[in-house]
Amino acid sequence: MATLTVPSAVPSVSEDCEQLRKAFAGWGTNENLIIDILGHRNAEQRNLIRKTYGETYGEDLLKALNKELTSDFERLVVLWTLDPAERDAHLANEATKRWTSSNQVLVEIACTRSANQLLHARQAYHARFKKSLEEDVAHHTTGDFRKLLLPLVSAYRYEGDEVNMSLAKTEAKLLHEKISDKAYSDDDVVRVFGTRSKAQINATLNHYKNEYGNDIIEDLEADPKDDFLALLRSTVKCLVYPEKYFEEVLRSAINKRGTDEGALTRVVSTRAEFDLKIIADEYQRRNSVPLTRAIVKDTHGDYEKMLLVLAGHEEA
Amino acid sequence: MAFPNGIEALDKAFSGIGVDEKSVINIVAKSNDEHKRSLRTGCPKLFTEDDNGFERSDQSYIKNLQHQFNRFRDAVVLSLLHPWERDARLLEEAIKKGPKHYNVIVEIACTRSSDQLLGARKAYHSLFDISIEEHLASHIQATERKLLVALVSAYRYEGPIVKEDVVKSEAQILYDALENADKSNPLGHEDAVMILATRSKPHLQALYQHYSKTYGKTLTQDLEEGILKDTIECLCTPEAYFTRVLEAAVEQDADEESKAALSRVIVTQREVLRKEGYVADKIQDSLSGLYKELMLGLIASGDIKVDDS
Repeated sequence: MATLTVPSAVPSVSEDCEQLRKAFAGWGTNENLIIDILGHRNAEQRNLIRKTYGETYGEDLLKALNKELTSDFERLVVLWTLDPAERDAHLANEATKRWTSSNQVLVEIACTRSANQLLHARQAYHARFKKSLEEDVAHHTTGDFRKLLLPLVSAYRYEGDEVNMSLAKTEAKLLHEKISDKAYSDDDVVRVFGTRSKAQINATLNHYKNEYGNDIIEDLEADPKDDFLALLRSTVKCLVYPEKYFEEVLRSAINKRGTDEGALTRVVSTRAEFDLKIIADEYQRRNSVPLTRAIVKDTHGDYEKMLLVLAGHEEA
Repeated sequence: MAFPNGIEALDKAFSGIGVDEKSVINIVAKSNDEHKRSLRTGCPKLFTEDDNGFERSDQSYIKNLQHQFNRFRDAVVLSLLHPWERDARLLEEAIKKGPKHYNVIVEIACTRSSDQLLGARKAYHSLFDISIEEHLASHIQATERKLLVALVSAYRYEGPIVKEDVVKSEAQILYDALENADKSNPLGHEDAVMILATRSKPHLQALYQHYSKTYGKTLTQDLEEGILKDTIECLCTPEAYFTRVLEAAVEQDADEESKAALSRVIVTQREVLRKEGYVADKIQDSLSGLYKELMLGLIASGDIKVDDS
């Protein structure tokens, strides 16, 4: 469930554009106005605002935001304003340019989105970067990471609920064998996680637990320093229980000494219009504290305000 | 109803555009033994006098007729299906039939536009309740798996932008893979597979040109027949690929797989073949009957004219 709230009586697009223009005008920026407007519009509305703003004032709204805002607040607003497909394309492109720690972002996008959402991201990638997502991933990653990531970002998974139970058995056994041999990047392991439908993988992992006693995640914790293993664990979590995955990312981002704003911004901006409510519930369950309270405690200023608005927090 | 002259009627029913099924059924249902015997003796092409006192059917001719009907029927069906469903069914069939048919997978993955391939993937979900990459990956064990799965999963950029420096460095990588690395297993060369499976077609075509200029031979010159060669051809020189396939299909001693390619290529590439122009001659010489009429009709400049007379 989404946490984004849109007022029942939404001002006209031209009004919104005018207000935003006013917010930028003069010395300093009216951040509250920006938060109020953009923080309460859905993707379709935001796209229309961007289009109209560009036509009316001859300037890309994103460029204006870039100019006027700074730091974490700017990044959050800009990312939020993009529509989901462009946002994912943008994040994926960033991730291909950074270090291996960003491989997790690629896994996150490839595995938590629906088949069509991932597809739209790939289409947005063409439009924005004039190349394909898979070619950038192929070019910027190597070895086992590439072996895993390429199928993940290229997949167009079947989304039905039908599951083949005997196949689940066979593949659970296969996975167990490979994991016992520490063959984590084996072709078959990559094949199962890179091509099977989410429902099928879920069935396989359930069988794994029934048959071998452990959650597959536990068996993938053999070496805490192994980056590939960490990526594989993320892959599994993203595919079968994304809310838990996101909760973990948030917990790690917020409770660390010094907040990881990158991760916090990314999760809130990408999930606010999808399932942030479920993630927030999971967060509360796991941490005994509402997500919004943790945000208040760890962040401040306009950044905090925007996060809270996107997280559906009612103004006191 | 007067029984028409069997031979003439059959001949008429079998030739021309469209099978006159009613005539055939009529003849077969209404003939008694005498009629059938005279039919057989009057048709030396299909039946010869056997030493043991009966008109024996010429098996190869009968089989040929059967094939003609089958191929005609198959080509008609292929033409009528929506391209997405058509490609999805062709892919599924190729997976089921095994290694000798993997070239079909390469052909579809590499010669369709990005959106057409995407459409085929969507149709695959609908038709078979599984994704193409999943099906493919679970059926193919060998080194071919990586390349084939990557090819069907691609969503290539289709713009004209090509980076010269990348073209050059990747031509080098391919050269190493094909010439120096484990020559017996070029498919095992990961970088080469990545390049072929992810880069845009304009990029690969520029790479192909650069390779020829730099190394004095084409990418495929020294390659054995197989999916790697097919992949490069389909991506970089599709006209050459289709020419090769068509020529193999109309050869005298072509095998079943090669012959089946004829319908597939003509039906799916008719726009391209129309422009080429030479194919009609080959078909004229090598095919016969309804099937030939249909194939010629598909690549002619207009639509098939139905004979109402």
